[in-house]
Amino acid sequence: MDVYQGSNHMRRKIANAVMLGLAGLATALAILLLFSVLGYVLIQGGSAINLDFFTQLPKPVGEPGGGMANAIVGTLILLGIASLIALPIGIGAGIYLAELGSGRLGTTVRFVTDVLTGIPSITIGIFAYTLLVLPMRSFSTLAGGFALAIIMIPTVTRATEEMLKLVPSSLREASLALGIPYWKTVLRVVVPAAMGGIVTGATLAVARAGGETAPLLFTAFGNHFWSLSLNRPIAALPLQVFVYAISPYDDWRAQAWAGALVLVGMVLVINLVARFFVRGTRMQ
Amino acid sequence: MSIPRPQLAVSAVSTENARSEAKSVEIKDLSAWYGPKLAIEGVTISILPNTVTAIIGPSGCGKSTLVRCINRMHEVVASARVAGKVLLDGEDIYAPGIDPVMVRRRIGMVFQRANPFPTMSIFDNVASGLKLNGLADRRTLPAVVERSLRQAALWEEVKDKLGHAGTALSGGQQQRLCIARALAVEPDVLLMDEPASALDPVATLKIEELMQELKRDYTIVIVTHNMQQAARVSEYTAFMLAGEDRVGRLIEYGETSRIFTNPKDRRTEDYITGRFG
Repeated sequence: MDVYQGSNHMRRKIANAVMLGLAGLATALAILLLFSVLGYVLIQGGSAINLDFFTQLPKPVGEPGGGMANAIVGTLILLGIASLIALPIGIGAGIYLAELGSGRLGTTVRFVTDVLTGIPSITIGIFAYTLLVLPMRSFSTLAGGFALAIIMIPTVTRATEEMLKLVPSSLREASLALGIPYWKTVLRVVVPAAMGGIVTGATLAVARAGGETAPLLFTAFGNHFWSLSLNRPIAALPLQVFVYAISPYDDWRAQAWAGALVLVGMVLVINLVARFFVRGTRMQ
Repeated sequence: MSIPRPQLAVSAVSTENARSEAKSVEIKDLSAWYGPKLAIEGVTISILPNTVTAIIGPSGCGKSTLVRCINRMHEVVASARVAGKVLLDGEDIYAPGIDPVMVRRRIGMVFQRANPFPTMSIFDNVASGLKLNGLADRRTLPAVVERSLRQAALWEEVKDKLGHAGTALSGGQQQRLCIARALAVEPDVLLMDEPASALDPVATLKIEELMQELKRDYTIVIVTHNMQQAARVSEYTAFMLAGEDRVGRLIEYGETSRIFTNPKDRRTEDYITGRFG
């Protein structure tokens, strides 16, 4: 009896092996690319990084040493402002879409949000430039944070919506059946149940905004000195990396790598911190 | 001339077992729709205080829909609609001006699947109805939680781990936690929508014993597809059935002992003798 060994069986086995091999190859390539980027940043940046990099201001051309302390702080401030603007708007819009957005307005908001996700970030930079930089007659931290906020809003909105939709309706019903009003049910029962996912979405948005350069070019502009002022130009890591990386000086280019490494490290830390806080919200 | 607005008062929270009387529920000519689809039609049932009333019938006969109409949970579903009356202690809960939120505070509900709040501890689950309604008194809250957990026959099992997650309990314990949560707001009536259908026989027995305790203080309506369960726990039984048109109607209602021994309607007899369903 060779019912189990017909030609079909052989063909399936071969097809299976080939497809498995192709999928494996694709995976290996994707991982290889990722790790080569990370590895290169680590090697190149690691050799240029030192304590001064975190504590010193940039030195003028020709003087060795110096760091990007102002850019690191600048990026944190910019992300802080962007989060202050984008998180309330994004989470609020996400709650609206998930809980009330089944009508025409909801569909429109969802469509606009998706379009906003795809807009080139340089366009958002021009928008912030026109809206804030021109009237204020100065590049500013505020304009930079505003531009980054616009980039974050759609990500936060859709992540919030998706996470809220994953909350089983039985939880909503349990709360409503206790005589808890709908708005309180959403804020105190549904949103907390989805908090882990919402924070993850917000973290991704912050991480993405942290690496944006184009919208900062003519909003935050960059600054070689310390500035904590909201209405003055401010340094930011991606900007500094950009300027240093295309400069003709070897030590600046090395510092650009160090800046890239710090940027990657910041994204990693933001992720870890967010995960740490989320762990506490869900009872286990 | 203005019509006086009916008032549904939320009773003050007491910490002792002494509580307000269980209330009667009269369902009068009740029909319910999901969008254009009629789900149940013309149901009339009088439910006496301090009794257990079982609603039985095959799947799709509208028994869950009926029980969800009693505390206005039916209308939570988009495009769902109700006609007819439900009188709680003589007051129509569908009268204009009645807030469904207030109705649900007086008529509690336990669902088929235990659904404790995953972000809350055992204590906070029980306290949630009072806390989120702003009715919690910090001094009396622990006593209310203990009383509710005792009423739900769960206190002894959880008293040392009130701070643990409600979702970490076993299925049967979770369901009793949900009962305690419903009892903490001191409803007059407790609706149970197949409360034991997802539980094993031992946990089911616990819930059934619990119902016998609870009917001293509450009016209980239980939906069940388990006829033996209905026979065991209830004084009154309503049999519902959907016809060819898939609209659920009340076929027969009466004392459980009579329904199960001497049904008047042929369809009731066929169902309880296991000829269909």
